[in-house]
Amino acid sequence: MKNAFYFYTQYHLVRLLGIKARNPVELLEGIRKVPASSIYYHTHRFLQQHRYLSPEPPNDFAYWLTNVLNLKELGEAFASVDTAEFKNMEELRAEFVRILTGYLSEGNHVVDCPPGQEFYFSACKTFILPVPYTAHNLKEFAKILGKISVNSLYFHVFESRMRLEKGENDFAAWFRSIGKNELAEELMRLDPYTITLEGLREKIISLVVKYAEH
Amino acid sequence: MPNINDYAPIVGESVISELYLLAEKLSGKTVQNVNSTSVGGGVAEILTRMVPLLRQLGVEAKWDVIKGNEKFFNITKKIHNALHGAKDQVTAEDWDYFLEVNRENAAEMDFYGDILFIHDPQPVALVEKKDQVGKKWVWRGHVDFTKPQPGVMDFLRSYIERYDCAVFSAPVFARSDLRIPQVLISPSIDPLSDKNKELPPETVSGLLDRFGLDQSRPIVTQISRFDRLKDPLGVIEAFKKVKKHVDCQLVLAGGGATDDPEGLKVLEEVKAAAAGDQDIHVIFLPPASDIEINALQRASTVILQKSLKEGFGLTVAEALWKAKPVIASAVGGIPLQIKHKYSGILTYSIDGTAHYLKQLLQEPKYARALGLNGREHVKNNFLITRHIRDYLLLFLSLDYEGDVVYL
Repeated sequence: MKNAFYFYTQYHLVRLLGIKARNPVELLEGIRKVPASSIYYHTHRFLQQHRYLSPEPPNDFAYWLTNVLNLKELGEAFASVDTAEFKNMEELRAEFVRILTGYLSEGNHVVDCPPGQEFYFSACKTFILPVPYTAHNLKEFAKILGKISVNSLYFHVFESRMRLEKGENDFAAWFRSIGKNELAEELMRLDPYTITLEGLREKIISLVVKYAEH
Repeated sequence: MPNINDYAPIVGESVISELYLLAEKLSGKTVQNVNSTSVGGGVAEILTRMVPLLRQLGVEAKWDVIKGNEKFFNITKKIHNALHGAKDQVTAEDWDYFLEVNRENAAEMDFYGDILFIHDPQPVALVEKKDQVGKKWVWRGHVDFTKPQPGVMDFLRSYIERYDCAVFSAPVFARSDLRIPQVLISPSIDPLSDKNKELPPETVSGLLDRFGLDQSRPIVTQISRFDRLKDPLGVIEAFKKVKKHVDCQLVLAGGGATDDPEGLKVLEEVKAAAAGDQDIHVIFLPPASDIEINALQRASTVILQKSLKEGFGLTVAEALWKAKPVIASAVGGIPLQIKHKYSGILTYSIDGTAHYLKQLLQEPKYARALGLNGREHVKNNFLITRHIRDYLLLFLSLDYEGDVVYL
């Protein structure tokens, strides 16, 4: 049906790459050579696994640099990379390489982590499948958004924009297609990387409800 | 036995309905699980719950157990210890006998599955049949592989590499020397099982009386098999340091698996170390003591898991699910379950364990916050519904190439 929104969901199967790093030099080597799905996994895993308040920084690299190597400044540089500003994984990889290269060129002393606490590179295989929900208008959309799984929400907001490189998230694209450009703009202004998925769900629902009443 | 839909109030309707959608994509496939014991130990426990639930979702899941005598299980115990880095010598004769038993089982077994899902090292050599049987073969390692004896790993690797895929419980077990795809699937607990379901207070109280525990004083508990790798003697030492300052009781409770002949020997050592202290309760639990374990965990003030080596450490997830503050060693899969000072405490020594135990016993509000954070983390990541989903994805992955798959 034209102009209907079809909901999908997605799941990751985590692949272990057997590549590990003991220090920032090896982390840089790893980041350079792992597949893009590994950069994706280590920067997006937290979004799905920690749905509520968590003390952890938003990516595995930052967590390891901060909490295992105790490199607080470098860890913060990784944690504060504005993922929402990057169009795809290669751009994000280049940013991490730039930060690490800069750090290493300053002649900082490189120390190995304690044995057993190495950084293990993983990647993921993503499965995408349709779920039996279709929205024909904003009211239906808001209602469905309240009951889909967080994986479905995650797919439409993160996966399609960043990994499938669609430029903007699926919801914003649909809002534009039904003439709700302002709603699309308002949604795209949200930084979804600094909010939990449940928090994001609530925010989008309240935005959609506001525009549905117009 | 619970129905898959009974989990909806815990994890949400949408999670269950999506499991049905995934399972539908496996329609017509039979998954044949094979391991070495039907009772005792984490693998049997997971399969007991998992197989019926997969079947309810419409996946034809089956479970077969290989046969082995005491000699075989003594050898597999040595292999297990050697994989953990212990110095047990696995001799050439041991390997010959290990292969002989595997081959006898392979000759007798009907390989009817479309996917052969082989668990742990004991039946690993069944894969010799792969060329004859065909089908997809997956090997699931549940044990800690961080510092295996090289000779033992070399032998096992020559078999593991014949599989289509290997599955490990934690990233730290990934191997750079394996030439087949490796997948991470953490194990899980079942919130509706006897070991984890809610219990009426009178059941808990009645069992504490039976075990002679004083309900008015703090209880510190470690639940685990009587195994040196769980360091029960280290737990007693830490407890004795703490008891000098804080009045409390210690419970060391666990059973033994049918494939672990060493258990009784360790139990005697633990009893000897505990002798003379009325507040140390060493409880050997027979199989099917799940309600007792559940009650002991629920009655505990603090729960310990001071393992020296660990596969995943499911007892940690069980304790966290009951919102208990947990102090555990940073080994195997435990750091995946506990973030230090957020969802529990990670320690590296007897002294460290004693230090944090004193702190948690004296700071109940902090201890409670750790427990609640831990429960939330387990709910999102380590319940059986997530495990079922990962298995469905694993089975599907055998038929699909590429990083992104549209089903």
